[in-house]
Amino acid sequence: MAVLAHESEEDLPAWSLPAGAGESVLLPSAWPERVTREWAWGGATGAGVRVCILDSGVELDHPLVGAVQRSVAVTKEDDEITVADDDAGDLCGHGTACAGIIRLLAPECDLTSVRVLGAGYTGSAKVLIAGLEWAIEQGFDIVNLSLSTTKKQYVDRLHELADAAYFKRSMLIASAHNMPVESFPWRFASVVSVGSHESDDPFVLFANPHPPVEFFARGLNVEIAWLGGATITATGNSFATPHVAGLCALILSKHPELTPFQLKSVLHLTATNVGGES
Amino acid sequence: MSDLRAAVAAGVFGADDAFRALLQATVETARGIFHAKAASVFLLDEATDELVFEAVAGEGSETLLGKRFPSSTGVAGWVLVTRQPLVVDDLSKNTRFSRDAAASTGYVPRSLMAVPLLAEDTALGVLEVLDRPADVPFTLAEMDLLGLFGNQAAIALDLLRRARRAQAALAGDGELAALARFAARLEAAEDEQREAGLALLGALERLLA
Repeated sequence: MAVLAHESEEDLPAWSLPAGAGESVLLPSAWPERVTREWAWGGATGAGVRVCILDSGVELDHPLVGAVQRSVAVTKEDDEITVADDDAGDLCGHGTACAGIIRLLAPECDLTSVRVLGAGYTGSAKVLIAGLEWAIEQGFDIVNLSLSTTKKQYVDRLHELADAAYFKRSMLIASAHNMPVESFPWRFASVVSVGSHESDDPFVLFANPHPPVEFFARGLNVEIAWLGGATITATGNSFATPHVAGLCALILSKHPELTPFQLKSVLHLTATNVGGES
Repeated sequence: MSDLRAAVAAGVFGADDAFRALLQATVETARGIFHAKAASVFLLDEATDELVFEAVAGEGSETLLGKRFPSSTGVAGWVLVTRQPLVVDDLSKNTRFSRDAAASTGYVPRSLMAVPLLAEDTALGVLEVLDRPADVPFTLAEMDLLGLFGNQAAIALDLLRRARRAQAALAGDGELAALARFAARLEAAEDEQREAGLALLGALERLLA
């Protein structure tokens, strides 16, 4: 289950690059003169991109969500944590809301639900960490985290996992906190952190020159999927975050070779206040 | 002498009422700031993993105090476990929500704002504001205000929680109950007895130092 920050697929550590070995590290170099939204995701549907929603579960067959490729639940009994397939759907509606937004932007992406919320407050940070470990192990392209924890004793482990995900090409997209408290993992530089703006356009994205919140996405009066196949209107960074997850799915479906570093750069270059048309 | 009593009892003889009044003032103010029909504070009971109505202003204030429900249900539950403030509208047209809300509170709001109450790294509970005016569009500035106000409510809730812990330790069979009884007797004692008692206490302090 454990994923370590230093884990690599290489047999030997690549600590240095010998002279004349530039050929061995060839990377995509066909970049456009200007990175536009058309280049970034024009015509993309999210097809082939695996998105994980770490949340309260996702309701099966909700009209705004459609098919969910896999659902698992992380549970904790005494000190034993288990990750197992699950068909209980969504316990509170939060995960379904996030899934509906991702589907709105990236209709053909693969969705996997990992339920880490809903089993009560106590022990929820441990369950969250186990769910994140599982998601990173599974190698999802994108992990949506519309949640945070304030438990300081888990900060180091969360930080390690966020870095591990970054180097394993899993982009974590995390909700920022609009409250005067320290919370995680959105504060880490290896994730994409998201706050809300007031526009009702799902493609309007602002890059923030004053981090730790890196981007602002649509989070005000969003029509969200709700339990029982219904919809309601809601506001919160929880709903801004899946907008960015959906955008990332679009970008990766057109440019699967992008690393999290490059993906974040493309988000920046196509942001509404940087040069992206809305 | 009252200093000693206050120090030993950490102000908890009767403090529960004072903190409860502070919480009540907090929900009344929240209701006023947002021109809402009702506002409430839920305290997380970690022993049972439930949220408990601790203070209510406006609609439901007579009946809801002390009512409890599982900590992961409802919008308050979302907010507690995700630590993320949320606002939801159009609730009353949603039958599932109405049924759940009516079952637990007897009152079905049209809209709901909820913010987690966080003291350092602990989630203490949730502040909810119900039915702000429908004709004024909601803004993110209000969301930020809710967060700021939630911080203040969290401090009040944290004080209440600490006072209750101190009270439980000092009362009845609590492990520090003897200290509280000692303070009460000292306060009631004649001057000479009190001086002797304090001298004894000083000696004990030096012994333990």
